Amino acid sequence: MRLNYPSSVRIIRVPCTGKVDVLHILRCFERGADGVYVVGCREGDCHYQSGNFRAKKRVEQAQHLLDRIGIGGQRVRMCNLSSSDAPLFVRFAEEMHAVVMAAGPNPIRAARASQKKASAPSGAGLHP
Amino acid sequence: MIVADRKPIEEIIEQVKGLRSVLVLGCNECVTVCEAGGKKEVGVLASALRMYFLQQGREVNVGERTLERQCDTEYLEEIRDSIDHYEAVVSLACGVGIQFTAERYPSKAVYPGVNTCFMGAALERGVWAERCQGCGNCILATTGAVCPVARCAKRLFNGPCGGSTDGKCEISKDVDCAWQLIVDRLKALGRLEDYEKLCPIKDWSTDRAGGPRKVIREDLRS
Amino acid sequence: MSPKTPSKLEKVLRAGHLAVTSECGPPRGSDATHIVHKAELIKQHVDAINITDNQTSVCRLCSLAACIRLKLMGLEPVLQMVVRDRNRVALQSDILGAASFDIHNLLCLSGDHQRFGDSAQGQNVFDLDSMQLLQTVRRMRDEGKFLGGDAIQRPPAMFVGAAANPFADPFEIRVPRLAKKVAAGAEFIQTQCIYNLDKFEKWMELVRDRGLHEQVFILAGVTPLKSAGMARYMKTKVPGMDVPDDVVKRMAGTPKDKQAEEGITICVETIQRLKAVKGVAGFHVMAIEWEERVPEIVERAGLYPRPMLQ
Repeated sequence: MRLNYPSSVRIIRVPCTGKVDVLHILRCFERGADGVYVVGCREGDCHYQSGNFRAKKRVEQAQHLLDRIGIGGQRVRMCNLSSSDAPLFVRFAEEMHAVVMAAGPNPIRAARASQKKASAPSGAGLHP
Repeated sequence: MIVADRKPIEEIIEQVKGLRSVLVLGCNECVTVCEAGGKKEVGVLASALRMYFLQQGREVNVGERTLERQCDTEYLEEIRDSIDHYEAVVSLACGVGIQFTAERYPSKAVYPGVNTCFMGAALERGVWAERCQGCGNCILATTGAVCPVARCAKRLFNGPCGGSTDGKCEISKDVDCAWQLIVDRLKALGRLEDYEKLCPIKDWSTDRAGGPRKVIREDLRS
Repeated sequence: MSPKTPSKLEKVLRAGHLAVTSECGPPRGSDATHIVHKAELIKQHVDAINITDNQTSVCRLCSLAACIRLKLMGLEPVLQMVVRDRNRVALQSDILGAASFDIHNLLCLSGDHQRFGDSAQGQNVFDLDSMQLLQTVRRMRDEGKFLGGDAIQRPPAMFVGAAANPFADPFEIRVPRLAKKVAAGAEFIQTQCIYNLDKFEKWMELVRDRGLHEQVFILAGVTPLKSAGMARYMKTKVPGMDVPDDVVKRMAGTPKDKQAEEGITICVETIQRLKAVKGVAGFHVMAIEWEERVPEIVERAGLYPRPMLQ
């Protein structure tokens, strides 16, 4: 259909959202992602029966954890659609984009940046 | 198995917040089965801690390692060379493993990352229930293999008490009355007349009450 | 059989009279005037007075101290002892403490779980269960020995009893359970309060079938209802309590200002009906915080005056 969605979105394909673990979600944020959304089949339509239900629970776990360490649980979300529903995909992408813009950049990136500055070598070119 | 549950992350952060390096140490046995302290949980905790520290403006070296067991010295030896890279360890093993690790590395602070709860088993994924209290003198033969010590809230040996209602314990509708279970089991085994046998007074000296316990098998010692 | 102890309660029962006991709950403090007052209210109308032991796991003045006070007033206390809070050392010790003041009646109980009271975070003991406590007291009295085997100097002369609940689950073992308590040494029984008379009479029938009514004195428990609300509460919120629908209906059908009187009447009617049941050896009137109505209940039920025995 050649619809447009925000260019900030990077897609990582998985055979089923049931494959997505809490750890995968956390590692995304650790590496500086501002938001993660887990897009699975509609509830009841999972090709592997209940993979998307498991994903939903894991997303909730991740939200909970991210809230408690100060990153913000709203940055991760579960979305459900059928594989042919491109307009819905675009809508989710735009919604996610809006949520992330409102939340601001992932505080990890700023933290890493100031880390680098703090440990940057002085003019003498010494390695830390 | 030994059932444990993850400690709230705030509690763990409180223990390690001032450190510059910490090793998150998991265990591949019981805590893996009850999804509290295995390799996956180690990864999740370590990632969360790293992100927490980064936000505090500190780059903390959070290591990850999962041993086969933390209650055996041969496995604990595997971290002999790497442990000195870390100021402290957060162990996700059960209380036994946490202590054993600390005994092996007495000059290293070892903090618990889980709450060790009981000896039990999974009723379904995500639900574990207590079955054994380790009283040291098993009477399951007399009760049709239902333990009144672990499963009766009052550990009555000649129960039930007057609070048993609809097969549930007076403390909660979610707790089965152990003595209802025993009566049902004796009936199923055709041994209901055993119910009237008075159970003698328990010798608790083999229980925790007698003091910290040991099992010694001279035939196995070198 | 002649009495084995100096217990007045035992004497009344062995002489063939219907015994009457009641109970008082100690105060949540150290001022004993409260319990003295309650005992004074009922002393002429009962043969013995039970003092509850940290009932519902709420910390109160201990049963032993209150029993001593009653004994010093010349009254006949029944020491209630739960096994929730004391190990075998303390239990045997408290029994001797009671015996040193010539307290001769002991009721052995499990005790409500501490979750219900004000100390839900506390430990519980349950070193012995209530049946094993019965065995212990009988051994102390009849063999003059501690559990550990040593001889007791001046063994306690305790008339010992237990509680029974004909309405708790599972029903099929309620009579075997009574048999067990008798085998463990119970000499009298006080039952949970009765509202379902049909079920109680059924239980008594099974009790009689086994001849247990001749081996132990069964005192039927009764509690007057104060209101329809109380009836509903007891029906739904109290474990092991059986309040039939028609009792609730009767209370609810009475105008609010007359419900207390109706409750007393139901209580008296219950006693009247149970007097005719073979094997009922007496009544245990539990009117906690309503002790002032006990005399009226006893009188209207035709159980006054109490027998005066030597």
